[in-house]
Amino acid sequence: MITKKDLEHIGWLSRLELSEEDKEKYTPKLNSVLDYFGELDKADTEGVEPSYHVMPMSNVFREDVPTAMLSQEEALSNAPKNQDGFIKAPRMM
Amino acid sequence: MASINELTERIHADSSEEIVTEYLERIGKSKLNAFITVAKESALLRAKEIDSQGHDGPLAGIPVAIKDNISTKGIATTCASKILTGYIPPYDAHVIEKLKEAGAIIIGKTNMDEFAMGSSTESSFYGPTLNPWDTTRVPGGSSGGSAAAVAGCEAPLSLGSDTGGSVRCPASFCGVVGLKPTYGVISRYGLISYANSLEQIGPFATSVRDVATLFDVISGHDPRDSTSVDRETNYSSALINDVKGLKIGVPEEYFGKGIDKNVEKSVRDAINTLEELGAASVEVKMPHTKYALSAYYVIAMSEASSNLARFDGMRYGLRTEDSDWHTTFSQVRAAGFGDEVKRRILLGTYALSAGYHDKYYLKALKIRALIKQDFERAFRDVDVLIAPTMPYPAFKLGEKIDDPISLYLADVDTVPINLAGVPSISLPCGFSERLPIGMQVIGKHFDEAAILRTAFAFEENTDFHTRQPEGS
Repeated sequence: MITKKDLEHIGWLSRLELSEEDKEKYTPKLNSVLDYFGELDKADTEGVEPSYHVMPMSNVFREDVPTAMLSQEEALSNAPKNQDGFIKAPRMM
Repeated sequence: MASINELTERIHADSSEEIVTEYLERIGKSKLNAFITVAKESALLRAKEIDSQGHDGPLAGIPVAIKDNISTKGIATTCASKILTGYIPPYDAHVIEKLKEAGAIIIGKTNMDEFAMGSSTESSFYGPTLNPWDTTRVPGGSSGGSAAAVAGCEAPLSLGSDTGGSVRCPASFCGVVGLKPTYGVISRYGLISYANSLEQIGPFATSVRDVATLFDVISGHDPRDSTSVDRETNYSSALINDVKGLKIGVPEEYFGKGIDKNVEKSVRDAINTLEELGAASVEVKMPHTKYALSAYYVIAMSEASSNLARFDGMRYGLRTEDSDWHTTFSQVRAAGFGDEVKRRILLGTYALSAGYHDKYYLKALKIRALIKQDFERAFRDVDVLIAPTMPYPAFKLGEKIDDPISLYLADVDTVPINLAGVPSISLPCGFSERLPIGMQVIGKHFDEAAILRTAFAFEENTDFHTRQPEGS
């Protein structure tokens, strides 16, 4: 069960600012989905290994050689704020 | 409705420019809202180039519509979200490079549920797409624009992406053919990620033959996607009108409660048709199907909460007034994402957070292993599985959008396929009143040949795929 206080914490972890209205609106809907997920508890998974990925692939290596890549101009072309060839970030504090 | 072969003949007799112009005119007059961006100028320019210089690719001069979560160099790519306002990719997705090499013309970017999260195309920031068969109904989703464009004759071919049914659901609701390949067969390079361990790009067309041709063009190994597999394939050669000796498994769990009577009858009739053509069918048990929906949504939301962390307004898209570091990102994301996307990010974050990780995420991954085993067991005895794609025909606009659970329940027969990573094709197999019904033919890993052959034989011996919505 997610409380309004839990939602504030998850909102912070998710970097999603939530208005009071959002919190009122989302809390019951998120709880109804979580109730539904309660189904999972009914499944017997004793001794089952989790399947992170469907294909038995891991550590796909390639040669460490440079290939064609975006120019600085292309890489910055979508940044809403940039200056002197850098992306401009908001201040830290 | 024209096939690739017919269009190629017309391009040789007339020109690609004429074909492209015709499609552009139909898009211009349409009320379906299938497209977010129409690439009119670049499409006409490329058509003229192909007309004057010639091109011997399999799709030379033929227009293709692209779901708006697939990156197209120089053409806006929005994921139907406000947060990607103004984003113009500086590179092409692997599938777009392949299409261009084959001579195809990118005619536009199609509407979808925001970030591919939905089954109705109603959560798009750009408004819903309408179903060409009945404009009071949804086209399915999340690749609703791509399916509606093909069904409504606004493009002969299109691409979508399928995370939990997002190609097959709209194919079923719009009466076209759509394929979700085996995980890893089509490179995801340039596909904007929602749930990366589940999703695959997939082709739409009005026939199995055209789907196979498009699939041949866009599949293949790509080192830029570390999950891309390296296999030699020729899917078009699998199209043989013969199912003698084919063993069909019928998973009864896929015909469970809530299924529409007409849907059940059409799919069972289709299995009978294949039996009359020489196939045999047997009931199979998929006992963990009942847990698939919960497991799917936990995994998809968890992966989404991580994948969508990149949208912060710094490198692309919407940027709001600057405050401090964390507040700015929180405000950009609050202003840019829609409700369903926010709900999934919040729930995914919750499912991965301290104290809940084992209860939700790890549990879902274990159920995924059990569902995979269900498929492996079934495929020891049968070549393909046949089931309804969707439990009912297209529903009304607005009917489910305010109730997440009822919308999620629509995906009950499509999500297990993504959890197992197996291939599945949806094709028309009947009508309920004027609304198309789709069935899915599911295969074992990398056995697209078996499902294409089954679908092709069914299509060759029936005429459901030849019907068209009025006015298109």
